Amino acid sequence: MATQPFTYELSRGFLPGHRACAGCGQAAAVRMIMEVVGPDCVVTNATGCLEVFSTPYPESAWGVPWIHSLFENAASVAAGIEAALRKQGRLETTRVLAFGGDGATVDIGFGALSGMMERGHDILYVCYDNEAYMNTGVQRSGSTPFAASTTTSPAGRASFGEDRPKKNLPAICAAHGIPYVATASVSFFADLKRKVRKALGIRGPKYLQVHVPCPPGWGYPEKDTVEIGKLAVECGLFPLVEWEDGEVTRVRKIKKVPVEEYLKPQRRFRHLFRTEEGKAKLADIQALADANIEKYGLVD
Amino acid sequence: MKKMIEGSRAVAEAVALCRPDVISAYPITPQTHIVEELSQIVADGQLDAEYIRVESEHSAASACLITGVNRALSAPLSIWNDHQDTMGIRDTGWLQLYAENNQEALDMHIQAYKIAEDDRVLLPVMVCMDGFILTHTYESVDMPEQEQVDAFLPKYDPLYRLDPEDPYTLGAYIGPELFHEARYVMQQDCLASKEVVKEVAREFKEAFGRWGGDVIEAYRCDDAETIVIGLGSVVGTLKDWADARRAEGQKVGALKLRCFRPFPGEELVEAVSGAKQVVVLEKAVGMGAQGIVASELRSALYGRSTVPVSCAIVGLGGRDVTFNTIDEACKRAGAGEREFFAGLRTEALEEA
Ligand SMILES: Cc1ncc(C[n+]2csc(CCOP(=O)(O)OP(=O)(O)O)c2C)c(N)n1
Ligand code: SF4
Ligand SMILES: [Mg+2]
Repeated sequence: MATQPFTYELSRGFLPGHRACAGCGQAAAVRMIMEVVGPDCVVTNATGCLEVFSTPYPESAWGVPWIHSLFENAASVAAGIEAALRKQGRLETTRVLAFGGDGATVDIGFGALSGMMERGHDILYVCYDNEAYMNTGVQRSGSTPFAASTTTSPAGRASFGEDRPKKNLPAICAAHGIPYVATASVSFFADLKRKVRKALGIRGPKYLQVHVPCPPGWGYPEKDTVEIGKLAVECGLFPLVEWEDGEVTRVRKIKKVPVEEYLKPQRRFRHLFRTEEGKAKLADIQALADANIEKYGLVD
Repeated sequence: MKKMIEGSRAVAEAVALCRPDVISAYPITPQTHIVEELSQIVADGQLDAEYIRVESEHSAASACLITGVNRALSAPLSIWNDHQDTMGIRDTGWLQLYAENNQEALDMHIQAYKIAEDDRVLLPVMVCMDGFILTHTYESVDMPEQEQVDAFLPKYDPLYRLDPEDPYTLGAYIGPELFHEARYVMQQDCLASKEVVKEVAREFKEAFGRWGGDVIEAYRCDDAETIVIGLGSVVGTLKDWADARRAEGQKVGALKLRCFRPFPGEELVEAVSGAKQVVVLEKAVGMGAQGIVASELRSALYGRSTVPVSCAIVGLGGRDVTFNTIDEACKRAGAGEREFFAGLRTEALEEA
């Protein structure tokens, strides 16, 4: 049997040659999303890894119009662009996208995002969730998971790492009653692309939070990004859920692997496996996963 | 057409006459009336614009033109007027114009669009307008006709757009190998914009017949021995004061600093070099240093003229600036004081 040669058509939107780390989940997710979006769009980008690794002047990885202004206002800048395109009668074809990291989205830019959704702008907001402020050196964000060690929630003799659970921003967005909210993972790329396609077919505000593992920030070998991302979903800590008009409409069923399998390969959770107190926290983390499984019906 | 209206309404109508496509607005005293008036203008169908009711002024402020309604900075909290807010951002690359009265605020907005959109500038412009003193005061203003404004301000054709047919990356990050140069270019543009500010003031005069100066306006300064400099609404008082003291035989003049960024050093040196003393009325404090405008003026004069420059801090947090304040400032300057607060309530200080 003749083997098919491997061919791959590059998306015009997001080109290679950028400066992301090897194995960067965020870079891979952006590429897949831009393949679906196509050339007729405008992208706004909050400050963060993506903005920095894709636009070291005079180079740019972007083949579509792209604008960065601040850490906190990607949603507001997108809202202004959407209003201008609407005034020019160009919103029928041109799509407006806003990209931000988890810090930009769940912390500093949350008011701007909430305002954008409340006003009903026709924008797809994508949060690239690597669960910390990576661009500035792995500080905790509101999206950092319980017990993860970061440079501002470090594990130590009197600390087991981040002491609060991850903020459920997708549910908060869904509570705005916007037409479409979804979580996705770079490790489930067909699912990710389907959700992007679905979002682009809906007019109004859409929110997509994509789980994007980060080798240097989480502490695992670069080659394992897809595997780590899969384990996060399969253990129930990062459930893949879709909401329409505020109601959950679809979830991805999981294998329910024990959370240890996901946590153990990562440096940010290493301390949990070293002491008795740490092991006790593992039970708390399993309880968080179980609560997700129960809440979203992740297991038949 | 002459109209008796509030300053905020005058600005809102001026903005509407400039036909913006998108307006983003958020309430903060004392600029709130402007955004209320603009929303009414859009609601009444007088202006076809996308009006975005943003959730914070930070989100509103991604624009090429801002009406900087001047208000004191905390602490303590005050909603009243001084210039500490805009003076604090004087070195950010925004152009800053200060309006003397509501007519000028209105005219300046129309000019500001033209300046900001000029390919030689492409820097954001801030029209600074004294909170309450102008925004909440009714004055008679001459409202231009739409056709006049359309002729003066052709439809904006941006040099760089976010167009999928011709994509640009805007707002990239720049490393040490080029940032220095990027800032150099910005400084050159900022300095060169002075000529554009002058040019637009001249064109405005031709089109609308009104003139309030270009970067500065010297009022009765020709043979003046004392020249008092002010920015914003205090200039109105200053001109009346000059008339009154001239009538008494004092050789005084008033000088309006209309454009503070770029700083018109050359023009100021020329205007004040012949005087015996210069007094700058400042509504902001260079905390821990000295008067902001006075120190820039002194450095412009350095090696060119030895005319002494005094800085009188006046009118902070809405304190009225009266003839008495100006007299006190001139007297103390004449006695050799160079940095002082005029109009201080010393009895209140003693109580505290
Ligand atoms: C107002 C403001 N505060 C702080 C910063 C510094 N800063 C730049 S990027 C960043 C973290 C970005 O984190 P996130 O949004 O999660 O994106 P990531 O880099 O992880 O992809 C911070 C704190 C900034 N640029 N602006
Ligand atoms: S630090 Fe993480 S998110 Fe940032 S470029 Fe590297 S791998 Fe990607
Ligand atoms: Mg992050």
